[in-house]
Amino acid sequence: MLDVMRSRLSPISRRRLAVFHHNRRARVSLWVFLALFVISLGAELVANDKPLLMQYQGDWYVPLVVDYPDTEFGGFLPTPADYRDPHTRNTIEAEGWMLWPPVPYSYNTLDMGLEHPAPSPPSAEHWLGTDDQGRDVLARVIYGFRLSVVFALILTIGSLVLGVLIGGVQGYFGGKVDLIGQRLTEIWSGLPVLFLLIILASMVEPNLWWLLGIMLLFSWLGLVDVVRAEFLRARNLEYVRAARAMGLPSHLIMWRHVLPNAMVATLTFIPFLFTGGITTLTALDFLGFGLPPGSPSLGELVAQGKNNLQAPWLGIVAFMTLSIMLSLLVFIGEGLRDAFDPRHIQHAGGQAGTRTPDDD
Amino acid sequence: MTEQPLFQLDQLHIAFDGTAVVEDLSLEVHHGETLALVGESGSGKSVSALGAMGLLPANAAIRGSRRLAGQQLEGLTQRDWQRIRGSRVGFIFQEPMTSLNPLHNIGKQIGEVLRLHQGLTGQSARKRARELLERVQLPRAAELLDTWPHQLSGGQRQRVMIAMAIANHPRLLIADEPTTALDVTVQQEILSLLAELRDEQGMGMLFITHDLNLVRHHADRVCVMHQGRMQESGEVRDVFTQPRSDYTRALLDAEPSGRPAPVASSRLLLQATGLSVDFQRPKKLFQRRPPPFAALQPLDLQVSPGETLGIVGESGSGKSTLAQALLRLVPSQGEIDFDGVRLDQLGQRDMRRQRRRFQVVFQDPFGSLSPRMPVADIISEGLRFHHPELSPATVSQRVAATLQEVGLPEGCAARYPHEFSGGQRQRIAVARAIIMEPELIVLDEPTSALDRSVQAQLVTLLRELQRKRGISYLFISHDLAVVRAMAHRLLVLKDGVVVEHGYCRDVLESPASDYTSALVNAAGLTASSE
Repeated sequence: MLDVMRSRLSPISRRRLAVFHHNRRARVSLWVFLALFVISLGAELVANDKPLLMQYQGDWYVPLVVDYPDTEFGGFLPTPADYRDPHTRNTIEAEGWMLWPPVPYSYNTLDMGLEHPAPSPPSAEHWLGTDDQGRDVLARVIYGFRLSVVFALILTIGSLVLGVLIGGVQGYFGGKVDLIGQRLTEIWSGLPVLFLLIILASMVEPNLWWLLGIMLLFSWLGLVDVVRAEFLRARNLEYVRAARAMGLPSHLIMWRHVLPNAMVATLTFIPFLFTGGITTLTALDFLGFGLPPGSPSLGELVAQGKNNLQAPWLGIVAFMTLSIMLSLLVFIGEGLRDAFDPRHIQHAGGQAGTRTPDDD
Repeated sequence: MTEQPLFQLDQLHIAFDGTAVVEDLSLEVHHGETLALVGESGSGKSVSALGAMGLLPANAAIRGSRRLAGQQLEGLTQRDWQRIRGSRVGFIFQEPMTSLNPLHNIGKQIGEVLRLHQGLTGQSARKRARELLERVQLPRAAELLDTWPHQLSGGQRQRVMIAMAIANHPRLLIADEPTTALDVTVQQEILSLLAELRDEQGMGMLFITHDLNLVRHHADRVCVMHQGRMQESGEVRDVFTQPRSDYTRALLDAEPSGRPAPVASSRLLLQATGLSVDFQRPKKLFQRRPPPFAALQPLDLQVSPGETLGIVGESGSGKSTLAQALLRLVPSQGEIDFDGVRLDQLGQRDMRRQRRRFQVVFQDPFGSLSPRMPVADIISEGLRFHHPELSPATVSQRVAATLQEVGLPEGCAARYPHEFSGGQRQRIAVARAIIMEPELIVLDEPTSALDRSVQAQLVTLLRELQRKRGISYLFISHDLAVVRAMAHRLLVLKDGVVVEHGYCRDVLESPASDYTSALVNAAGLTASSE
C-alpha cells in the first residue's frame, strides 16, 4: 500500500521523503505528534462526561451521539440526562450497564464529589488533578491541545496563502506594484494587533473565528518579505525568461516555475508560523483576551497555574504540554526544511547526486 | 649540465576523501618560460596548481614531491607557506569580478600585499602601488589608487590582479584561466602583458587554461591533462603538429568545423526595421532625468527560412539585448515583422500565441532549466500549454521522439536537470525549443559555457536540426570559430551599433572594419576547414 503510494510520487518527492525519513528525530517527532493529534481529534471518545454506549432495560443507547432526556431513566424533568448524577447512575446500572471513556470527564464537567477542595491534587480519579473550578485537568489538556493545533493549522494555512499570494505578486511584477505594495504592507504592519484584539474583546464576544480572523489579518506580514525576495530573485533567472519566451502566461510561470523554487525559504518559515500561532493563542488566553470563558484553553491553564501556586500540578502540566507540543513541532519543521533543501537531496540520494558520466 | 628547474612537481597525487582527482603528475617550469597546463573542465588542472601550493581544503590528501627554486614544499608550516605565497609565488585567478574585495579601494588592496611582504607603509607603499599600476599599463594610475573595484572593467580588474601578483617580484606566476572571463581583444592584451612581465623579471609562468588557441600563441611548453592524468607534455610546436596521445588529437580536432547547409529560400521570415532599445536612466532628486542609454542603435536585419544569422560582438555590445528585443522580452522601438505578423503591435495575449513559433536557448545550461521539474515536464511544458488538446500519451510520445532527436539517452525523461552534464543540459534546452516546431530559434551564446569538444557536438546537432527541419537561427556568440561553423551571414555589433554586416565568409576573410579585423586576429582562427 505504502509502496504503491510511493511509486506514484515524483522522484524528487520520493527523495525528499527519504531525507525526512533519514532524520530520526524529525521522524519520531512526527509520529508522536500525529498520534497525539489523532487522539485529541477524537477527544469526545477519550474524555467525556457521557458514556460511549449503554444498555438500559434491554434497549441500546448511544449517549455520545444522541441527547436522551432525564425522563427516559426515571427522572422527572425533560432536561438532558446527567449520567454522572449518582441517582441516574444507580438507576441505569441496576437494570443495565454503561461503557465510559477512559477519562470520564469532559473539559467543562464540574466534579461535585471532590474529596479535597478544588484545585485538588492528582489522584486515581483525576490523573492530573483538577483546576480551581473542579474540572479535570487531563480532559482540559486533551481538548485544549486539539483547539490549539487546529487554530494554528488554520492560521498557518491562511497566512501561507495570503503571504505567498501578496509577496509573490509584489516580487514577480516588481516596479510600481512592488513599491506601492511594500508601502501598504508597511503601513498595515504598523497597526497594533494586541490593541485591536482588546478593543474587539470589548465590542463582541470573541470566539475562535473572530480571533482567527483578526490574527490572519496580520500573521501573513512576516512571510511577505521572504516570498517577495525569492520571487524578485527568481524572476530574472533564465528558466523564468525561457518560460516567458515560451509564451506561458504570468500566473502559470509563477505557479510552476517560481513558486516551487521559492518554497524552500517559505517552508523554513512554516514551523515558526505554526508555533507562533499556538503561543499567541496561549498568550491571549493567559491575558484573558482570548477565547470565551470556559473554553478548554492552555493559556487559561497557565493563568490558573499562576493564580494557584499552592497547586503546582496546574503550572507543571501547562508547561509540559506546551513545551512538548512546541518542541515536537520545531523538530518536525527542522526535518521538513532539510528535506526540501536541494543540497540535502543531492547527498541523501547517494547515487542520485552523482553526475552521470558525460556521454556527450 | 642542465639548469635546475624553478618549479618541479614529481609524481603528484591528490585525493579528496579517498577519491583520486590527480594522479602521477610530473612537470617542471624553468626560469623565463611559460608552461601551459591544458585540459577540459574537471580534468584536475586547477586542483594540481592549488594542491602544489597547499591551498586545498583539509580533506585533500597530497602525495609526491614538490620543489620551488630548490626548496622542498612538503611539511612546511603555515608561517612558511605565508612567506612563500604572494612573495615568491604570485597568483592570478579566473574571476576578476570576485577576486578583488569590493569594500577596499585599489590602492589599499595593493598596499596590503606590499605591507605584508615588504613592510612598506604610507607614502612609500602608495608610490610603489602607483608604479605597479603603471607597469601593468593602466592609464591614470594615480587616480586609480582611490577607485573601487566596481568602477573598473573586467580587463582593468585583471590588470590590478596582475599588479598585485607581481608586487613582490615572484619567481613563479600561477595564472589560473586568467582571461577566460574577458573579451577576446582584451584577452590578447592581458596575455602579451603577462609575457612581457615574464621576460622582464625572468619569472616562470604556469598558465592554466582550456583554450588551445591561447596555448598555441602564448606558451612555450604544454602539458595536457585529462581526468586527473597527464596525457602528454612537450614543446608547444611538437604537441600541436604531432600529438602523441589520442586525447590530445581529439582535443585538437575538436575545433568546430564545417559549414551550414546552403539556404534554399529567398523568402523573408523575420524582418526588423529600425529596431532600437533604450534603457531609462534613474532620475536623481531635483534633477532632470538624464537622456536614456541607447543599448541598441536603430538597425535593420532579415532572416530567411533555414538561414542562420550570426550576431557577433564583445560583452556590452548589445547582442543579447537585440535577441531579447526581437523576442519582445524587453521593450523596443521599431518594426518587427515575423512571417507577415507585426510582432511589435500585438497585444499580450496575441503575442503569447505567436511565441510558439520562435523559441530561445540561453547561455547558461545550469540556470535555464528549472531545477525542480523533471526533464519531461520541462520539455513538454510549452507543448501542453499551446496545445491543451493533446493527450498525455501523445505528449510523452513527442517528448521521447524529441529526446531521441537531440541525442539524449532514452529514459532520462523522468530525471532532473542536476543529474546531467552541461552539454546534456544544453541538449535539453534545445529539445524544449524544437518540440514546439518553431520556425526560428534564438541561440544566445549556447556554446559559451561548454568545453570545446562538447561545443563541436552541439554545433553539429544544431546544423543537423536545421537541415532536417528548415529552422532559422539567430546565433549570438562572441566565439568566431563557432560562429563560422554555424552562420550564413554575420552581423558585427559594437556598443549597440552595427559595425559590419555581410556573408560570413566575406566578413571573416576580408573584414571591412578595423574592429572586425581585430576580432578575427584575436580569435586566432586556423585556416577554414572546408
